[in-house]
Amino acid sequence: MVKIKPLEDIIRSHAFFDGLTPDISSLIAGCARNVRFKAGEMIYRLGDAADTFYVVRHGRVALEMPAAGKALCVETLDGGDILNASWLVPPYTCRFDARAVDDTRAIAFDAVCLRQKCDADSAVGYDLMKRFVPVMVERLTHARIQAMDLYAGGSTAQ
Amino acid sequence: MTAVSAQTDPYRPQVWRIVEKQMETADTATLALEPKDRANAMPFEPGQFNMLYAFGGGEVPISISGDPRETGRIIHTIRAVGSVTRPLIAHERGALVGLRGPFGAGWPVEAARGKDLLIIAGGLGLAPLRPAILDALHRRSAFQRIVILYGAKDPDSLLFLGDIADWRGRPDVGFDVTVDRAGQDWHGNIGVILRLIKAAHFDPANAVAFICGPEVMMRLAADELMARDLPQDSIYVSLERNMKCAFARCGHCQFGPHFVCKDGPVFRLDRIRALLQTPEI
Repeated sequence: MVKIKPLEDIIRSHAFFDGLTPDISSLIAGCARNVRFKAGEMIYRLGDAADTFYVVRHGRVALEMPAAGKALCVETLDGGDILNASWLVPPYTCRFDARAVDDTRAIAFDAVCLRQKCDADSAVGYDLMKRFVPVMVERLTHARIQAMDLYAGGSTAQ
Repeated sequence: MTAVSAQTDPYRPQVWRIVEKQMETADTATLALEPKDRANAMPFEPGQFNMLYAFGGGEVPISISGDPRETGRIIHTIRAVGSVTRPLIAHERGALVGLRGPFGAGWPVEAARGKDLLIIAGGLGLAPLRPAILDALHRRSAFQRIVILYGAKDPDSLLFLGDIADWRGRPDVGFDVTVDRAGQDWHGNIGVILRLIKAAHFDPANAVAFICGPEVMMRLAADELMARDLPQDSIYVSLERNMKCAFARCGHCQFGPHFVCKDGPVFRLDRIRALLQTPEI
């Protein structure tokens, strides 16, 4: 018989939530559910309300900017990553399209539910903020590195 | 002048013939060269470079990108970016070019024996690393893990597609590639190579890393490796400077107390890290 792992255990075993206290994991698990996306399925679109954020468990998600009938992909996210940090910041609007590149499993958090819990208990909000800010700073740094177009120059190592 | 005396004059190029040409991308070609005089064939170490001379155009340092076990020919991968490299890759099979070399200190592949070997390439930096990769794969059992991470601008910029397919298919090699941007037809990673380094499997207490690419990318990659506890003295980078004579006479490539053409282009990170962070150098 296959034993199903409780959602709270899944949350606590995810790299993003490493070291989460039982109290907080229990609290945020109340806003969470397991989700699956098939390869090619849109998870959300630019301009959608950022009412859900995800921690990716398995698979790959592309962040894309639609333009002139095409989509330019700016980053891919894999198992261990978080998706849709816009849930934290007004006006709570998705800034990119998110599309599953491969079959993807994730935990989806109801952002409205989570924001209410953060407002009610600042320790929860502070804990989550300490987890999100380094990821956001890292992604900003990576985006700046990509913007430098480092590989465009030709002569390196020639 | 005899061939022997010509070889003793380090300024005098030997005449080599292009025997194969393969366009890697729209602006990058791999040339296979053979000496016009077979007596001038020479061995090389992974990471070394030659001075290639486009007759009537000038001379540039170009890393060797071929298999060090292949004797009798030299492989160079060249991107057309200037007044010398453009005519070099415009040459077709049968054309003659001048060649001096090989020069410089290469990748210390032996230093990785018995250890995990991490190869981290950015853009055209895969070309100087390719001889080290081929050498290591030829004697695969001498190493623990071999991890090859490759970052490029976009899918059309990827070099050595045949090699990539081979490395990706090998169960004894950890290979991953990422590009800075791509369309929806690309199913691989998109993002900076730092993400691949962060996720790579290796033992920092028993690993050696070779990094080659744009200098900013090498610095950031080295920082990421050190954040994963790989010590500086286990990290090697390949520098590029304005190399002219190629044997530490002219001073054009001076880098603090070092001459990149002779002491490098491959350096152990702890020996040059402070210089890399000095804007004036």
